[in-house]
Order: sequence, then C-alpha cells, then structure tokens
Amino acid sequence: MAETVTSKTATSKNMALAKAINESLRRALDADPKVLVMGEDVGKLGGVFRVTDGLQKDFGESRVIDTPLAESGIVGTAIGLALRGYRPVVEIQFDGFVFPAYDQIVTQLAKMHARSLGKVKLPVVVRIPYGGGIGAVEHHSESPESLFAHVSGLKVVSPSNASDAYWMMQQAIQSDDPVIFFEPKRRYWDKAEVDPEAIPGPLHKARTVRTGTDLTLVAYGPMVKLCQEVADAAAEEGRSLEVLDLRSISPLDFDSIQTSVEKTRRLVVVHEAPVFFGSGAEIAARITERCFYHLEAPVLRVGGYHAPYPPARLEEEFLPGLDRVLDAVDRALAY
Amino acid sequence: MTVESTAAARKPRRSAGTKKSPSTKPELVQLLTPEGERLKNAEYDKYVAGITPEELRGLYRDMVLTRRFDAEATALQRQGELGLWASLLGQEAAQIGSGRATREDDYVFPTYREHGVAWCRGVDPTNLLGMFRGVNNGGWDPNSNNFHLYTIVIGSQTLHATGYAMGIAKDGADSAVIAYFGDGASSQGDVAESFTFSAVYNAPVVFFCQNNQWAISEPTEKQTRVPLYQRAQGYGFPGVRVDGNDVLACLAVTKWALERARSGEGPTLVEAYTYRMGAHTTSDDPTRYRGDEERLAWEAKDPILRLRRYLEASNHTDEGFFAELEAESEALGKRVREAVRAMPDPDHFAIFENVYADGHALVDEERAQFAAYQASFADGEGA
Repeated sequence: MAETVTSKTATSKNMALAKAINESLRRALDADPKVLVMGEDVGKLGGVFRVTDGLQKDFGESRVIDTPLAESGIVGTAIGLALRGYRPVVEIQFDGFVFPAYDQIVTQLAKMHARSLGKVKLPVVVRIPYGGGIGAVEHHSESPESLFAHVSGLKVVSPSNASDAYWMMQQAIQSDDPVIFFEPKRRYWDKAEVDPEAIPGPLHKARTVRTGTDLTLVAYGPMVKLCQEVADAAAEEGRSLEVLDLRSISPLDFDSIQTSVEKTRRLVVVHEAPVFFGSGAEIAARITERCFYHLEAPVLRVGGYHAPYPPARLEEEFLPGLDRVLDAVDRALAY
Repeated sequence: MTVESTAAARKPRRSAGTKKSPSTKPELVQLLTPEGERLKNAEYDKYVAGITPEELRGLYRDMVLTRRFDAEATALQRQGELGLWASLLGQEAAQIGSGRATREDDYVFPTYREHGVAWCRGVDPTNLLGMFRGVNNGGWDPNSNNFHLYTIVIGSQTLHATGYAMGIAKDGADSAVIAYFGDGASSQGDVAESFTFSAVYNAPVVFFCQNNQWAISEPTEKQTRVPLYQRAQGYGFPGVRVDGNDVLACLAVTKWALERARSGEGPTLVEAYTYRMGAHTTSDDPTRYRGDEERLAWEAKDPILRLRRYLEASNHTDEGFFAELEAESEALGKRVREAVRAMPDPDHFAIFENVYADGHALVDEERAQFAAYQASFADGEGA
C-alpha cells in the first residue's frame, strides 16, 4: 500500500489540494502585507477553480486583485510591483494561456536579478493550473513545465498532494527567486491531511513516496498518484517498485534519483508532458551519466506524444495511464 | 520630411489658447521655436514660470554634455572598444527636459537609448557602457538613482513601470513613475497592456514616447494611422504631443504630467515629437532607407542650437560660459574614453553569479565542473 502523505496529527486538517493552496495563500497574506494575489477572476469569483475563494473579501481589492484579461500585463506589472518591494502571487488561469506572458517570464522575470548583478530581487510566484484528465476544451490541459525548467533564473515546482501544496506555496512565496508553481488541476479535489504546525522539508528535495527494490518510478504533480497505483498493481504481480515524487523540476533532485536507482537499477520516468525534450529526457541523460554501471536497463519514459493535446475524448489515450506505465515497467524489467 | 512633421512645424502658434478635453488639446506644445523665440502658452507656461537663468544654463549644459558623451561612445564603438552603441543624437531635449522634470523619489524605466535621462538621474555615464562593451548586461544598481536597467526587448518596461506605479499607489506615496519608449514600441502589445492596466488602476505613471520617426528602417507610418498621443484617449487618459526638440516644452509638459500622477489623476501619455539624427545603432545604415533632406530639415530644429539662441537673445550667458562648457565637455570625453579602456573583463566565474538569489543546485554543479575544466588546463600548462 502507498503510504499516506502526512499522517493525521492533533493540529492537522483534512482538505482538498485546492483548499490547501487557498489556506496557504491566506496565511501568506496574513503574515506579510507585501504579499499580493493577482490574476483574472481571482477576486469576487475566487478563481475559476476557487483556489482564491474568499481571499478578496478578507484582504480587500488592493491585495487580492482582479486584473484585466492580459497575461503579459499580469506578469509584467507583477515584476514592477516586485521591484517596488511587493511579493506578488499571480495566477495564470490555465496552462495554455501562459504564452502571452512567456516573454515577460523568460526575458524579464528570469533575468533581471542577474542583469542587475544581484541588486534587485524578483520574488514573484506564477501559479499555473496544469495538466489534463478533466475533459476540458483545447488549451486547458497542457503541461508546459519543461519550457520553464529550460530557463535559468526560474525555479519550477509542482506539488502532488494537499500537504505539499500548502507548504510548497509557503516556501515559494518566501523565495527571493521567481517560482513557477504548477498546480495539478485534476488533483485539486483530492484530499489529504495538512498540518499547518508541521516543519516542512526543503522545497527542492524529492520525496520517497514508497520504497521498493526492483525499479524506480519518478513522477511529479498529477502523475504521482498514478505511479502509486502502478506500484500497487505491480506489487500484485510480485514486483517491488520504488516511487519518487520529485516535487521540484528546477532545481531537480538528481541525488535522490541516483540513490534510488543505484539500489533498484531500473528507472521509468512518467509525466503528462510530451516525452520529446521533456523533463524525462534530462533525467534519463543525467542518470545514465551518474549510474551507468548500475543500470540494468535504459531509462524509459512515459508521457504525451509529439502531437497537439488531443480533444477530450482522446485524452485518455494521450496521457500516461496505468497500463502504459505498467507496460514500460515490464519492458524495463525484461532487460 | 513627413507630412506630419511639416504640418506640425508650420503651426506651432496654435498651441496657445485651446484647452479642456484631450481631443482639443494643442497638437504640438512648443515654448521655444527653432529660432529660439519664446512662445507664450496659457496651459504650460506655469510649469516653467519660475525657471532661473542658471537653470536654463543647466539644461543647456546637460544637453551639450550628453551629446558629447554620446559622440564619444560612438567613437569608442568605431575604435572597437564597444561592441555596439545606440546614439541619442537629436533627442537631447526630449530626454533632458523630461529627465529634469522628475523628482529624486520618482522612478524611471528607460529603453536602451535614455543616456540623457540617466545623466539627469545622476547615473555615471561610464556605467552605461558596460553592456555595450560586453562586460555586463546592465550592471548598475537601479535603486541607487531610481533608474531601472536598460530594457532591450521593445516595450516590456512599460509594464514594469505600471506595476511599480501600482505599488506606489498602494504605499500611499506621492512619487511618480516615468516610462520611456519609442514610436516602434507603440505597436507592442505590452505597451497597449500597460495603458490598460495603468488606466484601470489609475496608476501614477507617465508614458513618455519619444517619437523619433524611425524604428530602425520603418517610419512611424508603419506603426500607426493616428498621431500616437491620440491613442491615450481610447484608454481614458490624456495624451499630449510636445515638440521633442524643445527642452523647455518637454520640461513643462512632463512636469504637468508628473503632477497629475502625484495628485491621483492617473496616467498620461506624452509624445515627444523628435528625430533620430543618427543611425538606430552603430550597426545600422540609414542611407538604405532615408534621404538627407529629411535629416537636414530636422537639423534646422536642433535642440541645443535653439536653446543657445534663446540664452544669447536673453543675455543669460557670456563667452566664458560656452568656453568653460567646452572644456568640461572635452574633459568628460576624456574621462569616458579612459574609463572604457580601463574597464576590466569580467571574471570567468561571473557566468554563474547572481543567476538566482537563493542559489540553485545545478548552477553550483556546473560552476564546479567549469572550475575543474579550467583547472585541467592550468595543470596541463604547468606540467
């Protein structure tokens, strides 16, 4: 059985991932008057996923800001606010809508600290609900994390569960670097224990979700739950799989993957994003370098195809599912 | 010469009298004619009413020194000391007039050509040359002079300016922000979005567009069908066209716009109508796309010459002033020349510096790999 993320404690509360982010934003707004929440429909409506529900009512329109419908404007003005000393947390409504802001993120947000030789800091969090599996229309189901991980100056993270969502958001807001915060939208309603009194581990460290001996499954965000299910299914066939939740894509905790692979000698990386030039490619290359003499099989990847994200009725074929991941596990174990 | 500029030059006197809503504002605010004649202006005179002869000489000095610095930088590029230079020749009045209108606590977001504004903000001119020499990508502390880093991707900084202004408003401060951009940038979506955001949030920002008629090879007609300042009306804030070669008018109009910002009246668009006398940058060849006649017509409207004529006609100067200024100019040129030549190449490990504020494991790893790689050469040579 997969271990639970956080066990119940005297101070923990059971809540959905979306609610955990909401609580985390509330805590940050409460703790630091410089924290702002901004984006399209984040105020009165509480965001299209209700992640910011009730925040404007409690913190006012000056701190929880409904913006014009212009993504570049949202990130560009957040940069200006950060230069003035604010810590904006901006919401891009959906993954596929981030590209109007991509220039501001890549050209300005990512580079300004270096360009100023360290004189200015850009503590901006860009929240992006991402990934598929919710039957949405075009541009609402994409996984563009590699496009951001490729850019120096940005940090890229993605929680897989409510507890991580709560704490990683706290840490992202406290970071003096820009953080692209990918929220697994199909897991928004998954509940887990969240303990606001806990002491969180480092933001950029992977977590061993389950230990095993035969093969390592690496995932993050929405695919962690799937990999736990894969490990359960494999266990029924007598296979012992280790599951790592990366949590952070940039920086990426290669040490933890290496430690695991040196034990299991086999690695399968799973993400929703297309395999080609995806994060799995980088993991495969580096783990091959680090673990060349430990590997019994090539590092395999399971992800989306090099095709536009398909219409909703085809997405189950496009996205990694239990059988496709098990197939990759079988192939890796067959070497 | 464009139809637009001919028309504008012919009817400066219309500027006195009309007022009220943005649409009936004078088309071109001019306080000094190219001949150095001081025009009365009911709306804007009050913003320069108290200006002293010493301050007028100061504006003249600013423009002369800025032009001298600019010429030196162009020469340094020709000598191979700079990789590139973007000259401000011809735009001195627009930059000095607007720059001198700012207060110390105001914040400036420049493009990459605002050398005159940098001068007004007290940024040492030699600091501007690092990025053009290739030793850094900016390098000055934006907060030392409230002068942000140069922005090369066109128009992006107008959003930063707007956000900064939104922050000022949240702080309840009465500072203002001025965002520089050009006629080319006016086509960028970011500029349109900055107009939208600043209007919606009533942000204390002045959009100062230097329409120098050319975006590299493309004339303003390729960017717009309406005079640029009129775009403001559609966003719900005033736009004014000012003679960008008239330092006094630029000072007055920018002061007016900054006062509007400070008093909670929100954004203003100022279009400074001027001319890029030189090439876009030292890599450009304007002979491929524009003729000399246009340049000569604008030369007659030179911003420095017209203030000199006015100063002389008003008996505000003597020969000693000009002689002293010339000596100061030459000294500045020499200082800049020597500073550039003495500018050290950055340490190799600067590649890995300040990539992140809080560090990043991959940067650390690659720095170590780079160090080992370099050390392997040292070992080889030493053996």
